[in-house]
Amino acid sequence: MSVNPITAPLLAADGTPLKKSLGRALRRQKIRALMLIAPLLLFVFVAFVMPIVSMLFRSVENDIVANTLPQTVLELKSWNAELGELPPEIVYAAIASDIKIAAKAKKHTKVGLRLNYEQSGASSLFKKTARQVKKWDLDADAPFKEKLIKVHKSWGQIEIWQTLKVHSSNYTSGYFLNAIDMRKTVSGPEFQPEEKQVLILLFKRTLIMSLIIMGACIFLGYPVAWLLANLPARQSNLLMILVLLPFWTSLLVRTSAWKVMLQQQGVINDLLVQIGLVADSARLVMINNETGTIVAMTHILLPFMILPMYSVMQTIPPTYLRAAKSLGATNWTAFWRVYFPQTVPGIGAGSILVFILAIGYYITPEIVGGSKGVFISNRIAYSILKSLNWGLGAALASILLFAVLILYWTYDKIVGIDNVKLGG
Amino acid sequence: MLSRKTILATAALSLVAGSAFAGGHMSSEMTIVSWGGAYSKSQLKAYHEPYSAITGVTILNDESSGTATAKLRAMNEANNITWDVVDVEAGPAMQLCDEGLAMVIDPDTMLARAPNDVSAADDFGDMLVSECFIPQIVYSTTFGYRTDLVGSTAPTSVCDVFDIAAYPGKRSLFSYPINNMEWALLCDGVAKADIYDVLETSDGQDRAFAKLDTIRDHVIWVDAGSTTPQLLADGEVIMGATYNGRLFALIEEQKQPVAMIWDGQVMDLDGWIIPAGLSPERQARALDYIMFATDTTRLADQSKWIPYGPARKSSAPLVGKHAELGIDMAPHMPTNPVNLERAFLMNYSFWADYRDDFDAKFQAWLAK
Repeated sequence: MSVNPITAPLLAADGTPLKKSLGRALRRQKIRALMLIAPLLLFVFVAFVMPIVSMLFRSVENDIVANTLPQTVLELKSWNAELGELPPEIVYAAIASDIKIAAKAKKHTKVGLRLNYEQSGASSLFKKTARQVKKWDLDADAPFKEKLIKVHKSWGQIEIWQTLKVHSSNYTSGYFLNAIDMRKTVSGPEFQPEEKQVLILLFKRTLIMSLIIMGACIFLGYPVAWLLANLPARQSNLLMILVLLPFWTSLLVRTSAWKVMLQQQGVINDLLVQIGLVADSARLVMINNETGTIVAMTHILLPFMILPMYSVMQTIPPTYLRAAKSLGATNWTAFWRVYFPQTVPGIGAGSILVFILAIGYYITPEIVGGSKGVFISNRIAYSILKSLNWGLGAALASILLFAVLILYWTYDKIVGIDNVKLGG
Repeated sequence: MLSRKTILATAALSLVAGSAFAGGHMSSEMTIVSWGGAYSKSQLKAYHEPYSAITGVTILNDESSGTATAKLRAMNEANNITWDVVDVEAGPAMQLCDEGLAMVIDPDTMLARAPNDVSAADDFGDMLVSECFIPQIVYSTTFGYRTDLVGSTAPTSVCDVFDIAAYPGKRSLFSYPINNMEWALLCDGVAKADIYDVLETSDGQDRAFAKLDTIRDHVIWVDAGSTTPQLLADGEVIMGATYNGRLFALIEEQKQPVAMIWDGQVMDLDGWIIPAGLSPERQARALDYIMFATDTTRLADQSKWIPYGPARKSSAPLVGKHAELGIDMAPHMPTNPVNLERAFLMNYSFWADYRDDFDAKFQAWLAK
C-alpha cells in the first residue's frame, strides 16, 4: 500500500504532523522571547500602565455620594428635581439618618468636600449639620424637615437637593463636563457662568503656544543641525557640546536665568536702555507673559529638535547636493528640492518630541508665564496638589492625553510615522 | 549651643513626656516634613536638635510641605505612610482632618501644660482651629515696599497698593484669590467686620474684582513666597505681598532698602499634624515629639530664629532677641500689639467653602 503524497500530512521524525510540530516549535520560541522581556513588560505594566489607568479612572468615578448617603440617594430617585419643589419629609428623614451614620464613621466631611466642588458651601453645610444630627434621636425627633432647615437654611433651598441628585450616580460625566467649562444640572449639561470659564481658553492657549514653540525650535534648530552635520569634526564636536551643555543644566536654573535676562531691570532691558533704543520709562515687558514662556521654553526644548535633525542630516551624502548643482540647480533649488525633503523625517521626529513635551510643561510656564502664559498643566497641578479635586485633574489630564493621541494619529495619516527617524 | 540649664530643663520635660507612653515602644527614627529654607532651620535649631540630643532619635527632614495634602492622600491610598509629623498651614490641616488623613489630637493628654499650669487648650485658645492641628506659629501675609522707589511719602496703608496715582510702578500679588479679595473690598470701603458677608454675595464679588481691575495692569502675579522678595530686591516692583518672615530676612539679613506696611496684614497659622494610620510605635514617637516641640519654651525658642509669633499665650513673654543678629524680635512679630491692631485673621471656614469657586473665577479673571 502506498501513501498518497498529496492528501496525507507530512510527518516529522517523531511521527507528529509537521505543521503541528512546526507550530509548537514556533510557539516555544515565542514564549522564550516573551519570557526574556517579561520582567520589562511586567515593570511597564505595573509602574506605568496601571497607575495611568487608575488615575484616569478617577475622572469618572463618583461612588462617594451613593456610599455615604445611600438612603437619601434611594429616596431622591422618586423626587422630581425639575418641578422646583422641596423633597418630601421622607428624604429629610433619610438624610438625617445618613448623616448620623456617616458622622459616626467620620465620613460626612468627605462627602461635604466632594459636593463642595459642585456647590460652594456644601462643606460647611455637612459639618454643621452633622454636629446637630449627632444629638438627635432618629425615632423620637421626627419630623426632620423643619429641624434641618433650622440647622442650616440651605436645606430649605432646592439647589442642594438638585446637586445631590445630579451627583449621586456611581459614575459621572461631571468631571469631564467641568473640564470643558460646563456643568451637570438637573436639566442636562450647561455651560458654566461666564466668569468661571477658563479651562477651554487654557487648552487652546496650550495648543497654540506649543505650536509656536515648536515652530521657533524648527526655525532656530535647523541651521544649527546643518552646521553640526557639515562642519569638520573638530568644530562640530565643540558645537555639539554647546548644544548639549544647557541640556545637562537643571531646568530650574535655566528658567531662572531667563528671568534675570528678560525682566524689566534685567540684562537685555539694561542694554537696550544704555544704547538708547528704549527709554528708561518704557522698558520692555518680556517676562511674566506669553513672551517669557515662549522664549524660555524654546530655549529649553531646542536640543530635542536639534538632535534628531542632526542625526538625520548626518546620513545625507553631500554628493547629492553636488550632483543637483552639476545638473544645473541653483543653490536654493538644490536645497529645497534635494536636501530639504531628505531632512523631513528629522524635522518630524523633532517636532513630535518638542510638541508633546511642550503641551505637558508645567514648571517653566509657572515661573515665567505670569497670568497670561500659563498652560493647562498648571491647572492640572493645581487640582491635584492644592484643591485635591483629583476627579477634575484626571479629566483634564485625560483630555490632554487624548488630544495628543489624536494629533499623533493625524500626523501618522498625513506624514506617516514611518517617515520619522531619530537617527540612522 | 544649649546652656546646661536648658538641657536639664528639657531632660526633665522629656521624662515627663516620655512617661505618658511608658511601656509602649517608640521607634528610633522619624521623618518630619516642613517647608525648607529659613523656616526649617528655625525648627531644626529650636526643636529637632534638642529633641535628638535628649532622646537619641534620628530625625529625617523632608521639604514637601507645599504638596503635603496631595502626597498624604496618595500615601494613605497606597497604605504606606512614610511621614511621622507634617508641618502644614491651618487651611490644609482642616482639609486633611476632614478627609480623615490626620489623627485627632486631644490637647489635654497629648500636649504639654503651660508652666503656670494653664491647660494646653486654654494656652492655645482660639488657635486650635481644627481638632487635628497643633499650631506652632502665627505668620502673616503683608506688604513690603522699596523705600527708595516710592517717593517722599512712604505708604502706610494697604490701600496705598491700590493707589496708582500716588505710587506709580509695579506691585506683586499672589495669583490666588485668598487675601486679594479681602484687601480689594477693604480698600473699596467695606468695613473689616463685613468683608466676608459681602464676599458671599455676587455683587460683593463683582465689587472686589472691579477694584482689582483698577490695578491689574500694574501687577506682577506670583505664586511662591520667595518671588516677591526677589522682585523687590531687583527693583522689579515697588511694593509686593509676601510672608512677614521673608520680608524680615530681606530687610534685616540682606539689608535691602525695603520696609513693611503691616496694615491689613492677614494672619494665618502654621503647625503640625500627625498622619492617621501610623503604627503604634511610630505614633507614640510622633506624639512624644509633638509634646516636646510645642511646649511653651520650645515655641518661644523658634522665634529666636524667625519672626513668627508663637501660638501659645504663655510663650509670648519669652520672645527675646534673634539668635544670630541680636535684634529684638518682638516688634517684628505679626502678633506684636502695634502690628496686631491692623490685622485680619484668616476666615478658614469661609475659604473652605468658597476657595474652589473663587479660584475658578479668579483664574478666569486673570486669563482675560
